[in-house]
Amino acid sequence: MKYRNFKKMIISVASGKGGTGKTTVATSLALSIGGAQLLDCDVEAPNSHLFVRPVFEGEDTVTMPVPRVDEDKCTLCGECEAICQFNAIVTIADTVMTFPELCHGCGGCQAACPAGAIDEGKRTIGTIQHGRSNGLDFVHGRIRIGEAMAPPLIRQVRSRINLDVVAVIDAPPGTSCPVIAAIQDTDFVVLVTEPTPFGLNDLELAVETVKILKIPSGIIINRSDIGDGRVAEYAARENIPVLMEIPYDRKIAEAYSRGEPVVQAFPQWRRRFAGLYEEIEKLVAGRK
Amino acid sequence: MKIAVSSKGNSLESELDARFGRAACFVFVDPNTMSYEVVENSENLNAPQGAGIQAAKTVADRGAGVVITGNCGPKAYTVLQQADIPVITGVSGRVKDAVEQYKNGELSPSNGPSVDSHWR
Ligand code: SF4
Ligand code: SF4
Repeated sequence: MKYRNFKKMIISVASGKGGTGKTTVATSLALSIGGAQLLDCDVEAPNSHLFVRPVFEGEDTVTMPVPRVDEDKCTLCGECEAICQFNAIVTIADTVMTFPELCHGCGGCQAACPAGAIDEGKRTIGTIQHGRSNGLDFVHGRIRIGEAMAPPLIRQVRSRINLDVVAVIDAPPGTSCPVIAAIQDTDFVVLVTEPTPFGLNDLELAVETVKILKIPSGIIINRSDIGDGRVAEYAARENIPVLMEIPYDRKIAEAYSRGEPVVQAFPQWRRRFAGLYEEIEKLVAGRK
Repeated sequence: MKIAVSSKGNSLESELDARFGRAACFVFVDPNTMSYEVVENSENLNAPQGAGIQAAKTVADRGAGVVITGNCGPKAYTVLQQADIPVITGVSGRVKDAVEQYKNGELSPSNGPSVDSHWR
């Protein structure tokens, strides 16, 4: 695909579970590249901004379409209910009830309604903020409390990607739909894990997801000195490169708890993360 | 009036199913004659979401006058309320016994959902 030459890489950072150091890696990588963009897609609990400390320049509300029924026009024919895959609209007694929190906004009911009784309403699913910090372009999404539809919000955050610069995506933890929405169609996935049995188990699940999506990946082992060698053995077996090992370091932990990005507190880590970026670049180029 | 009881099996002897939306079936009982009719709920059993809504719709469409079950979530509850069908929750044992208890006036309708969303 030729157009790829004109577009900069999109790198996603994911982990099978929370608390592995994913945000540390994503923020450190983004800050080390220079003129990059960081998009925090962990919309349930965005926290990259605590380290990047951007000056926010704007906030937008993200909505999803939901059906609005005009009871006067409705003939209670039930077509809307029949077409809805999500049980989000139902005719009951002498009315039509909608359940916005179940609605995927597909518009099927509106198209199916023979009486023209349905038009498009909106519901807020979250907000997107953007700003800048030290030459870094920063974007994050935050889901409305109680809202279940993370993927559409994540896609909206990703629509802010600037193709002229390298983009780093901080993906939500886990392996479910929101993760897929965050890492799908990125050029490379960095999987952050800890060398413990639990870490390995979650890593295996994450690797399966990444394989299905056919995205090249590499592993970063955080707190590499606390566990055993099984993550490294697994990586070798699966033929996935271990890109970096970060030993447990009290000073790093302290900087983290102060909300200070590791690469700002320790210049040697900035060099390592810049090197990480170069390695990812080579790995991606090698696959084309 | 018919009483809809969420049930694990297809007779009056069957055990009441504590789950409303994901009940195996509903037994519709005429309390005067104790004659009954069974409606399968198998489609809903595997619905990824909104099982309670569809179950409520099923019992409403079949003309239930009251629902007896173990637990009822908020969405099913609003649908049943809309259809003016009282719900009695927290009941267990055989379908037959639940109906008898109802006839003896031992059961009273709940005034809200008994569990949160996605209870299973
Ligand atoms: S928009 Fe789609 S998901 Fe929402 S109620 Fe209509 S048919 Fe169902
Ligand atoms: S399809 Fe339209 S007319 Fe038919 S029940 Fe739904 S809203 Fe009413």
